[in-house]
Amino acid sequence: MTRYRVFAAIALIAGFLLTYFVWATETNPYSNYHFKLGLDLAGGTELVYKADMSQTAAGDRSEALSALQGVIERRVNLFGVAEPLVQTEQASALSGVTEDRLIVDLPGVTDIKAAVAALGQTPTLEFKLATTTRVGTTTSLVYVPTGLTGRFLSNASLQFGSGATAGLAAPQVLLNFDSEGGKLFEKITSEHVGEQLAIFLDGQPISEPVIQEAIAGGQATITGKFTATEARDLVRNLNFGALPVPISLENSSAVGPTLGAAAINAGVFAGIVGFIIVALFMIGWYRLPGIVSALALAEYLAFMLAVIKIIPVTLTASGIAGLIISVGMAVDANVLIFERTKEELREGKTPREAVHIGFSRAWPAIRDGHLTMIISGIILFWLGTSIVQGFALVFVLGVLASFISAVSLSRVFLLAIVPETGEGKWHFLLGSGGRNS
Amino acid sequence: MLAVAVGSILFFGLPLGIDFKGGSLMQVKYEAGVPALSDIQTEVASVDVGTAFVRSSGENAVSIRTRTLTPAEHEAVLSAVSKTASTTELAYTSVGPALGSQFANKALWAIFSVMFVIVLYIAFAFRKVSRPVPSWGYGLTVVAMLAIDIIVPAGFYAAYCHFTGAEVDSLFVVALLALLGYCVNDVIVIFDRIREHLARNEKLGLKESFEDTIGKSINETMTRSINTALTVALALLALIFLGAPATREFSIVMLIGVVAGTFSSICRSAPLLIPIAKWFAKK
Repeated sequence: MTRYRVFAAIALIAGFLLTYFVWATETNPYSNYHFKLGLDLAGGTELVYKADMSQTAAGDRSEALSALQGVIERRVNLFGVAEPLVQTEQASALSGVTEDRLIVDLPGVTDIKAAVAALGQTPTLEFKLATTTRVGTTTSLVYVPTGLTGRFLSNASLQFGSGATAGLAAPQVLLNFDSEGGKLFEKITSEHVGEQLAIFLDGQPISEPVIQEAIAGGQATITGKFTATEARDLVRNLNFGALPVPISLENSSAVGPTLGAAAINAGVFAGIVGFIIVALFMIGWYRLPGIVSALALAEYLAFMLAVIKIIPVTLTASGIAGLIISVGMAVDANVLIFERTKEELREGKTPREAVHIGFSRAWPAIRDGHLTMIISGIILFWLGTSIVQGFALVFVLGVLASFISAVSLSRVFLLAIVPETGEGKWHFLLGSGGRNS
Repeated sequence: MLAVAVGSILFFGLPLGIDFKGGSLMQVKYEAGVPALSDIQTEVASVDVGTAFVRSSGENAVSIRTRTLTPAEHEAVLSAVSKTASTTELAYTSVGPALGSQFANKALWAIFSVMFVIVLYIAFAFRKVSRPVPSWGYGLTVVAMLAIDIIVPAGFYAAYCHFTGAEVDSLFVVALLALLGYCVNDVIVIFDRIREHLARNEKLGLKESFEDTIGKSINETMTRSINTALTVALALLALIFLGAPATREFSIVMLIGVVAGTFSSICRSAPLLIPIAKWFAKK
């Protein structure tokens, strides 16, 4: 008994500390542990782009995707957003076709049009060899990708070359490749002397110079038909990052700040009220164990909130709903145990024995029930979209936490209180409903 | 109840939202009260975006659903509706058709795989119980009940959608999957009790008919089933009446499912298990 009292005291202190942690980190503006709010609560824009990998070799896809991510990140940072998030997703659809996506979260940005415009301007730069093929009697010009793309660009600069056209200096764009790109460029140019190497910008050929000789040193110039302004824009856009693969906007969503704030307030209010009603119901029906379970439930909530802050789990409206529902479900294990304890008591066991047996008999059902709930939660998470994952993560965490809090916490609390030998009043305290025992 | 639910699904149909079919959904707030919905529809129709569905959503706000819009079309629709009244866009979502159908596929897969894994788990958890029903018999019974447990709320929601213009979104799938988890838990508690009684009878050499064992087990666990359903229902009611509008329909589906699921695990587990037991007794 003393042992359980010590445990119970430790659990209570831990509960207070957790509650304090949750409260203190939320009221301290400089804390690193604020709740992380999803876009639907904080307001913001989410853009989902599909990367067109049809021209990319299967083995290079992951690399191309992470290069794409880097480029978009630079772009987003330029857009001036606090805490932007750029994620990639390689979804393999059930048909076996893999789809590569880029998910861009822009908290606080509600103007989709501006965001799309700012991200979408990024050019794709590709180098293709022009070869003529003969099919029957007709010859046609085919552009063969060389694998050299904007991904290998380290920077671009503007220069005015002494063009052959008399007098006027033509604007040129000087491309500096990174070391890998430089080697690739040298290899291509040495193997295809005399052929045309076309430079494609956003899918359009802008310049088709003939390769005169192998070019080492990793530099190339584009002498297109640009005006000085066009050339300057191109240089700027290339420096912001040329896209290694073309992308297209697939999904977009934006939530204004007012809607999100209202959702948070409503969610918090519903949570508090839900917790109080559930706790009152438990105390009213189960008396002493009810009080114990309300206490365990409070600890459960404090624990969940702390875990959500520490991991951190991004809270969405559906996540808050999941948390509130889990409050209702978390008492389930307690209900099972208390019902069991009551039955044992009726069969003439002493109160303490009844509590012990109640816990051990209820265990298999609690274990099987919780495990199946966790399985469905994990499959939910796999479903993927952010709104679903927000719920699934909180749901799985909640089931796990209730597993621990209901079984161990309420057990420790009850065993710390219920005496070895009991008189009539313990039968009442451990009883339930309108009955006397 | 099952017949009504199936009838409702067949009769009203489950209208799939943009999460499944692709499309754009914008929520627009009218500062000075919402004009007639048909007027808004006419305004939207002035932009060439196909058919638009307009329904009121929350206080002074409407949601407008169209096919997937380009950013430019989105702007055009917004300026069309703000021509005559001062509006603010609260939220905008646009889903490409490809992603939508992919989600629909995934959702169906998720529901079936949850059921499948549950049969396996229950067959495993009850592996020591083999008489009079083999352990996988419990698994199959659970799945039969789970199918009912999600058909009933789905049927209700079909009727709800028909009368309110709501649509099936991804949260609806979440609600069904969460319900699967909840209802399995409910049935497992009853089966666990049956398992315990069977083991005890065998140990003490007691003869008891399977029907009696089931009846006893259901009676003993009934208070627990009802109380747990009550606490979850209380939390859900708080969400429905006080929670965010975004999760209201989700909570309603959950509530119907929890009530129906509790009812079905109390009333249906026995009628489903006994015929299986008889069938095996004959063999």
